Amino acid sequence: MTTVIAAEGLTKRFGNTQALAGVDISADAGRVLALLGPNGAGKTTIVRILSTLLKADGGHASVCGYDVVSDAVQVRQLLALTGQYASVDEELTGTENLIMICRLLGLSRAESRARSRQMLERFDLAGAASRAVKTYSGGMRRRLDLAASLLGRPEVLFLDEPTTGLDPRGRSEMWDTVRGVVAGGATVLLTTQYLDEADELADEIAVIDHGLVVASGTPEQLKARTGRQTLAVRATDPALTEQAAAVVAEIVGTAPDVAPNGLVTAAITDPAMVPVVVRHLDDAGIVAAELTLRLPSLDEVFMTLTGHRAEDDVAASGNAETADRNGRAA
Amino acid sequence: MTMQITEPAQAAVAAAQESTPARPALRRRIGFRQTLANALTLAWRNVMQLKHSPEKLMDVTLMPIIFLLLFLYVFGGVVAGSTHAYLEILLPGLVGQMAMFATMGLGTALCEDIHKGVFDRFRSLPIARSAPLIGAVIGDTIRFCVVIGVLTGFGSALGFRFHTGPMDIIAAYALAYVFYLAVCWISVLIGLIAPSPATVQGIAFIWTMPLVFGSSVLLANTRTMPGWLQAWVSVNPVTHLANAVRALTIGGPVGSNVLITLAWAAGIVIVVFPLAMRMYRRRV
Repeated sequence: MTTVIAAEGLTKRFGNTQALAGVDISADAGRVLALLGPNGAGKTTIVRILSTLLKADGGHASVCGYDVVSDAVQVRQLLALTGQYASVDEELTGTENLIMICRLLGLSRAESRARSRQMLERFDLAGAASRAVKTYSGGMRRRLDLAASLLGRPEVLFLDEPTTGLDPRGRSEMWDTVRGVVAGGATVLLTTQYLDEADELADEIAVIDHGLVVASGTPEQLKARTGRQTLAVRATDPALTEQAAAVVAEIVGTAPDVAPNGLVTAAITDPAMVPVVVRHLDDAGIVAAELTLRLPSLDEVFMTLTGHRAEDDVAASGNAETADRNGRAA
Repeated sequence: MTMQITEPAQAAVAAAQESTPARPALRRRIGFRQTLANALTLAWRNVMQLKHSPEKLMDVTLMPIIFLLLFLYVFGGVVAGSTHAYLEILLPGLVGQMAMFATMGLGTALCEDIHKGVFDRFRSLPIARSAPLIGAVIGDTIRFCVVIGVLTGFGSALGFRFHTGPMDIIAAYALAYVFYLAVCWISVLIGLIAPSPATVQGIAFIWTMPLVFGSSVLLANTRTMPGWLQAWVSVNPVTHLANAVRALTIGGPVGSNVLITLAWAAGIVIVVFPLAMRMYRRRV
C-alpha cells in the first residue's frame, strides 16, 4: 500500500505554547486515520500544517509524495479541507457557494452549475439551494461544507472535528457520508474528541495529547494495549444492584462502577474470574440480565494512555487550540 | 433522497466520485491568466453578497448626499459667495474625498472574512495566493460606482453642470477610479493588520482624515493656509486628484495633476501590495 499522508517530527510553537512537540503520523491510500485527543491537544495544528495553511517550525510532511511546503501548489490540487468552523460563505446561497468553488477549480459556467446541482441533491440540500447559508442549520452547513470539499474530487480529505456541535442524527449522517467518501477511494484524515467516532470510522487511530502522539494503531490494538478487560453485570431486579456490586467487589478486589441503569462494571485482569462471579451471583440468588466480558472502551484506553480522562481536558483547555487561532491573528 | 439511510447515502457519495476522470497532471505553478480568472470569481462573490444584502451599500449611498448638503450650505456663502458657485468647486473635490471614504468598508469586510473560516477554504484551494485579495478589491468597484454615481446625480439635481467634453469627464472619473483602486490596497493592509473588524474603522479614520481634509478638496484656493499646511496640501495626492478632476469637469489647466495622481497611485500599489501579501501570508 502506498503512503498518502506522511509527517515526521512536526513541531510548532505559538508564543509560549508548544502546540506540537514532534508528531509522526502516516496514512495509507484509501484508509481513514483519526487523530483523537482532547481540545488543545494539537490536532487542528496538524491538519493546518498538512493542508498547507500553516508552516511547521520543524519536521516535514507530505501528501501523495508532495512536500506540503515546497510543493504546496500540487498538494492543494489533491486535498480538500473541511474545517472546524464551516468554511462556507454565510451570505451566499448554497448554490452560489458551490458554483464559486467550481469556478475557482477551473470548471466552466455550465459545468459548475451542473455539478453544484448534482452535489446539492446528493447531500440533501436541493430544497435549500437558493437560500442564504446563514439560514441553514448546523448540520446543513456541515453538509454544504463537505459538498464544497468534494467538488474537486480530492484524493485526500481532511475533516477537522466534522461532527462537533451536531445532534445525534447529524452525526450519524456525517458518519455515513465519510464512509461514502472512503468507498469512493479517498484517503481521509479526521480529527475528533469523540472516542466512539474514532472507533466507528477509523482504520487507524493516533492518540494525540499535549502535542505528541501518545499511542497509535487500529482501534482493536489500542483497546488491547491496556491489557485489561471489562466485566459488566446487570441484575434483572434493580433492587439487587447493590448486592451484585458487592459480589463483584469481593471477587475482583476493587470497588466496581455502578451506572444509573444498574450496570456494574469492573476492570479485570484474569478471565477466570468470570465463572467465579457467575457462581457467587447464583449463590446469592441474583439473576443476571446481562453478564459480559468485553475489551475496554476507547474512553478507558484514553485514560490508561494519558493518565487522564478525555473530558477532563475539555474544561481545562483553552491553551493550544486557542493559541493557534491567536497565533494566526498575531 | 435522504441521507439518514446508510446504504443509499454511501452509494450516493461514492457515485459522486466514481465518475472521476483520470486526474490531469498536476500544475506546478499558478499562471497570470488563472490568477485573473480566480480574482474575477471572487469579485463575483462580493457582488453576490451585495445583491443579497443591499443595505451594505447604505453608507456609500447616504455619505455623498450628507456631505454635499452640509459642505454646500455651511461653507458655500463664505467660501465662494454663493452656494451655486461653491457647488462647482466642491463637487469635483468631493469625488476625491468620496473615493477615499468608500475604501474604508473593504478593510472591515476583509477582516470579518478572515475571522470566519471562508479564507481557510480559499487558501487550501489550488488558486493564486493573491486572488482573494485582488478579487476583494475588484469587487469593491461597486461601492465606487455607487458613491460617485449618487454624488454626481445628487449634485446635478442641486444644479451642478459639467463644462467640459465627454472625454474629459470620462478621464476625470477614470482617474478617480484608478486612485480608488490604489487606496483600496491600504484599506486591505489595515484589514489584515487590525486585530478585529471593529478596530479597522478607527484606524481608517485616523489616516484618511488628514489626507481628505488637508487638501484642496473643499476649496481650490489654499493660499490662506499657513506654510506648513500648504506644504502638506501640495504633496497630498488627494489635492492632485481633486485639482485634476476639477480641471477635467469644470475646465481650467490640468497641469501635472493627472500625472502626479497616477504616480501616487502606482507608488501606493508598488509599496502596499507586497506588504499586504506578506501580512496575508503571515496572518491567515
